[in-house]
Amino acid sequence: MSVAGECCCGNVDTREQKLTEIIEKYKNTKGALIPVLHEAQELYGYLPLKVQKKISEGLDVPLAEIYGVVTFYTQFSLNAKGKYKIQVCLGTACYVKGSSKVLDKLREKLGINVGECTEDGLFSLDACRCVGACGLAPVMMINDDVYGRLTVDDVEGIIEKYRNK
Amino acid sequence: MQIYRAHVLICGGTGCTSSGSENVKKEFEEQLKKHHLENEVQIVGTGCFGLCARGPVVVVYPEGAMYTMVRVEDVEEIVTEHLLKGRMVRRLLAGGQEAGDVTQSLDKVDFFKKQLRIALRNCGIINPEDIDEYIAFDGYKALTKVLTEMTPEQVIDTVKRSGLRGRGGAGFPTGLKWEFAARQQNETKYVCCNADEGDPGAFMDRSVLEGDPHSVIEAMIIAGYAIGAHQGFIYVRAEYPIAVKRLEIAIGQAKEYGLLGKNILGTGFAFDLELRLGAGAFVCGEETALMTSIEGHRGEPRPRPPFPAVKGLWGKPTILNNVETFANIPRIILNGAEWFAGIGTERSKGTKVFAMGGKINNTGLLEVPMGTTLREVIYDIGGGIPGGKKFKAAQTGGPSGGCIPASHIDTPIEYDTLVQLGSMMGSGGLIVMDEDTCMVDIARYFLDFTVDESCGKCPPCRIGTKRMLEILERITGGKGEEGDIEKLETLAKNIKASALCALGQSAPNPVLSTLRYFRDEYEAHVKEKRCPAGVCKAMMKYVINADSCKSCGICAKNCPVGAIEGEKKVPYRIDQDKCIKCGTCMEKCPFKAIFKNV
Ligand SMILES: Cc1cc2nc3c(=O)[nH]c(=O)nc-3n(C[C@H](O)[C@H](O)[C@H](O)COP(=O)(O)O)c2cc1C
Ligand code: FES
Repeated sequence: MSVAGECCCGNVDTREQKLTEIIEKYKNTKGALIPVLHEAQELYGYLPLKVQKKISEGLDVPLAEIYGVVTFYTQFSLNAKGKYKIQVCLGTACYVKGSSKVLDKLREKLGINVGECTEDGLFSLDACRCVGACGLAPVMMINDDVYGRLTVDDVEGIIEKYRNK
Repeated sequence: MQIYRAHVLICGGTGCTSSGSENVKKEFEEQLKKHHLENEVQIVGTGCFGLCARGPVVVVYPEGAMYTMVRVEDVEEIVTEHLLKGRMVRRLLAGGQEAGDVTQSLDKVDFFKKQLRIALRNCGIINPEDIDEYIAFDGYKALTKVLTEMTPEQVIDTVKRSGLRGRGGAGFPTGLKWEFAARQQNETKYVCCNADEGDPGAFMDRSVLEGDPHSVIEAMIIAGYAIGAHQGFIYVRAEYPIAVKRLEIAIGQAKEYGLLGKNILGTGFAFDLELRLGAGAFVCGEETALMTSIEGHRGEPRPRPPFPAVKGLWGKPTILNNVETFANIPRIILNGAEWFAGIGTERSKGTKVFAMGGKINNTGLLEVPMGTTLREVIYDIGGGIPGGKKFKAAQTGGPSGGCIPASHIDTPIEYDTLVQLGSMMGSGGLIVMDEDTCMVDIARYFLDFTVDESCGKCPPCRIGTKRMLEILERITGGKGEEGDIEKLETLAKNIKASALCALGQSAPNPVLSTLRYFRDEYEAHVKEKRCPAGVCKAMMKYVINADSCKSCGICAKNCPVGAIEGEKKVPYRIDQDKCIKCGTCMEKCPFKAIFKNV
């Protein structure tokens, strides 16, 4: 049985097994919770309740505490993200250079708000604070790719590139 | 060992990687093969040179020729002209044509002339993924000296006499901090490195970690020896994948070389290092919150005292230093305290790295001696403001800092002068603002940030900053009321006095400092419902100048909400009710007939 996001392809969900391995790996490390959450999120793309429950049992940490940690840090997400995670930088350098206009354009183009995911599951849109490429401001990231020196006009072409992938 | 007659250094920092330096590197590899130079010329992937705005950056040695904005198409020319025939490709040289007449052009580029690189000494020069290159540049020599010739007391004494102060924000004397921790009697102590770099708009720590990770590792081992600790943690932002990867490689190599582990350099001293990833919380840059986070909890700060030097990570004596603070240590040990204390000013020694961004020509990373004036940084190194605009203010210290207005541009940059001006050194973010920046909007921006990042533990910060933000939103939204400015001041004073940690205590600073220098802008918003910079949307509108409009219809075609109407021979009009004030029409108008009415 899969933990999250039931799938109909008939393949066995190996993620649960992997999650157990992750928990085992960190079990005896001091302060294990956050590294485990990082790896679990890498595995599932987000941290649904069932995953948190399993970590709670595995590490012997109360579920309430885990939920508290997950909701404290912005990197951890309770919701599924898009296949392409768009993050627009709203750090100071980017803000001063007009990154909020880029964000507005993306909202308009994708028809979603910050924190949401398009219906086809292709794109999710988030704002972040500084990805450390301030020299290229304004900046956005799509998954691990950084796009710098953006103008509002670049947005459409970039989105299309991913749509057609 | 293979000897090469020339080296091609290609920046692999975050800035240049985003500008496509990976592909430039691949093309160099191909071209060198094609021209049979692969055994004569070596390609080295390095960390950041600092000139991020003009990336990808490539430097060719022995000449030290710096090429900027190198595209894949340019590579063949550099290979055939420069590497094959020995003629520099002038059109690509940083500093323009005349730079080609001198051999060491790197030093002649304006951007580098006034810089002094201590913390960044190896960035852009060595391959950060190769420990041998670090060692070749005197790497781990300071550690050897410390472990074989110095007592822990001598190490602390050297750091104290050097006058080094923390580069992470508060500027606390590093030697003193180490001394406090060294005095504690405890078998278990910890050394932590703050690589959380929370100031949005700062990236110097990232560049050090990406360009010279071993310098931080070496310094942490030295710190461990000085205070009697055997375990260290580097707390690094998860948003910095390249830095994390390079640190992992560096730690692995240091272990392999016996520079980390049980019996370091055969001296019997043991020290180990672990990486911990942050998860996107600004408050985790605060020292006690950072330690709570390493322990695996919500990163909430704890009251001090007890100070971490007494009771830190897992209740043990702990020192925490910033990345850049650590990067200075090996040089101080090797060159001596007097050398370091001879650089800078009376109360601020050494250099400071700044990440300069915003409305400036040369955005990027720079390192200058303390006491350099803001004017030198902005005009001589930064190349001034783009588009001939007027410099208005520089923001330092991020969400905890403030603005330095144009009237103070000749102030020397050091810890104490910045505090006197109502700002602070901070970790080194330096955002330049021009006449088009609204200072009330900037204050609102930072408050929005602190409200978002407040951990919620103490009421002054959780509730107080929220109230301040509401007032600022009202003011920038064109609904400011009489008395709002005074209310902001009262709230600011109370929050500063009562918040639990420095996040809350410093959150009002951006408001107080903009009020101090730009009160007239606040008043224009509140009393006249006018935003002088034309930023606050609620208070401005786009208007078409009927006299210059040629009725071409380009504006109407580009308007995303269909707010512009018109016909041939009649000037176009903007329906103000439909207009979302995106500014597209103004950008697209070929006749500059559209303007902002503020
Ligand atoms: C809200 C807040 C955020 C901070 N963020 C950072 C940071 O990102 N990096 C950093 O080195 N110090 C940061 N600091 C300062 C640290 O608390 C601490 O003073 C510093 O890391 C000590 O190292 P240093 O003495 O070498 O500067 C922050 C402080 C506060 C209150
Ligand atoms: S502010 Fe956007 S990358 Fe730093």
